[in-house]
Amino acid sequence: MIINQLSVFVENQPGKLAEVLGVLHTHEINIRAMSVGDTADFGILRIIVNEPEKVQHVLRGAGFTVKITPVASIILSDQPGSLFEQVSKLSSAGVNVEYIYAFAANSAEKHARVVLKVDNLNLAERLISGKCETSEAYGDDACATPNFYW
Amino acid sequence: MNTYWNKPAETMEREEMSNLQAGRLKEIVTRLYRQQPFYRSKMQEQGLLPEDVVTLEDIKKLPFVSKQDMRDNYPYGLFAAPMSEIVRIHASSGTTGRPTVVGYTKRDIGIWSEVAARSLVAAGLSKQSCIQIAYGYGLFTGGLGIHYGAELLGASVIPISSGNTNRQIMLMKDFGTTAIACTPSYALYIAETMREMGIDPRETKLRTGIFGAEPWTERMRQAIEAQLGIKAMDIYGLSEIIGPGVAIECSEQNGLHISEDHFYPEIINPVTGEVLPDGEKGELVLTTLTKEGMPMIRYRTRDLSVLHREKCDCGRTLVRMSKVLGRSDDMLIIRGVNVFPSQVENVLLGIGSTSPHYQLIVERKGNLDHLTVLVELTEEMFTDEVRGLEELEHKIKGELSSVLSVSATVRLVGPKTIERSEGKAKRVIDKREL
Ligand SMILES: [Zn+2]
Repeated sequence: MIINQLSVFVENQPGKLAEVLGVLHTHEINIRAMSVGDTADFGILRIIVNEPEKVQHVLRGAGFTVKITPVASIILSDQPGSLFEQVSKLSSAGVNVEYIYAFAANSAEKHARVVLKVDNLNLAERLISGKCETSEAYGDDACATPNFYW
Repeated sequence: MNTYWNKPAETMEREEMSNLQAGRLKEIVTRLYRQQPFYRSKMQEQGLLPEDVVTLEDIKKLPFVSKQDMRDNYPYGLFAAPMSEIVRIHASSGTTGRPTVVGYTKRDIGIWSEVAARSLVAAGLSKQSCIQIAYGYGLFTGGLGIHYGAELLGASVIPISSGNTNRQIMLMKDFGTTAIACTPSYALYIAETMREMGIDPRETKLRTGIFGAEPWTERMRQAIEAQLGIKAMDIYGLSEIIGPGVAIECSEQNGLHISEDHFYPEIINPVTGEVLPDGEKGELVLTTLTKEGMPMIRYRTRDLSVLHREKCDCGRTLVRMSKVLGRSDDMLIIRGVNVFPSQVENVLLGIGSTSPHYQLIVERKGNLDHLTVLVELTEEMFTDEVRGLEELEHKIKGELSSVLSVSATVRLVGPKTIERSEGKAKRVIDKREL
């Protein structure tokens, strides 16, 4: 499943992350999954929320640089090897995973969910949903549709 | 005992000097009007003929020339001699990526060597001196300018150029260097490196420093003199006029004597252009009285200074300019290199479709100037991947260092984090104490 993730630029300074979280809190926005990629100087906060366009508007208004990035979301059966299985499908088809992170655990759910940022989202989506096989990836026009999101 | 390189010129009576200057001014204005299209059209715009310039006072009628004129006429539009007569070309960085180009005839090189030799003698050097020239050689006028002056003087020249501090110090010790020419901030860096290497500067033969290419203060002089145990002398010059040697401090260290038989100085109000009397602070304007390759009439240096004409205790009658007190524009001098904020803006414009807000922060870290450029990240520039942003930083850094000729640290910052005054981002924060 393709979902929209919000990416927020955060300077690597005390209190900066808290500022973003504060804005989300004030607007009662629930973070369903998150990760931070960072360097010494800055970080990119990536979050999954319920209404990404609305939240983007809110964060922009608060003065942040925000971007909507489509990512793949996978539901995994909660057992060893299930993530490996999905990721190997992608790598065999030449899809590069830029980063990956998990949703907050929900005890009611029997499944785990992860978010993947890949370089060919449409192909990844088809591979994960089983609409095409790894071996077909390069041959089948439908499966090799270039990704027009970027 | 006072010594001079050219006693008649350096101790000329005021009246005689004025007559000499007036004659030379008239001559150069006539020549430019007849032979140089840029100057002729500038004079025609004002309805001026060469006959209108008779006395020194008449110089006020002539229009100013600015760095913009040099850019507009890039590369050779201001040259006044045919290329067959040009024997040297130098260039310095400009704001639009176009360098400022200057050309010298053989005679110009002679004049330059002469004023540089005068400068070295005024600063206390002689034939016996061994001078290490740690200014950059190449398109920058610093290295070759001092080099020719020192050779004319007959000193022993070590043309080491800039950089490689450990080697500078090693040669200084081994070769018995008595004088060094470099930027004042580099002198402090050398002092610090010597301390780290456990070398006492007082055990070397170093006695004099010829420092210039960037503004520096009395406090910095005291620091250099104390740390290196030398006399730190200020030399002034700019490539548009000739290079180092336009003016030099004497033993009195109370202002810099301008070689006014070659370079006629005025101080103006930078806003109105009005000429100010001696003793008042304003922008230094220089006219070359003898140059052939690229004469300059009323060139606006953008350097702020004050002129004093009383006779100096060193015996020289040459007018003195105060140490440069600042700039009348937003140019920064970083490690001896001219940097304009607009250059940074151009680089950023080349990367995105709109220029983000940016800020230049200049600091002196361990005696060396350090430039940090803060760039407010726009959504257009923002990518979701750390690698993408690192590549962006890297790209900006690379283009900045090639355009500015000075390396800069680039830091991406969030929107609206750069301090603004009346809605405009503050472009420059100079934390150096000048
Ligand atoms: Zn003097």
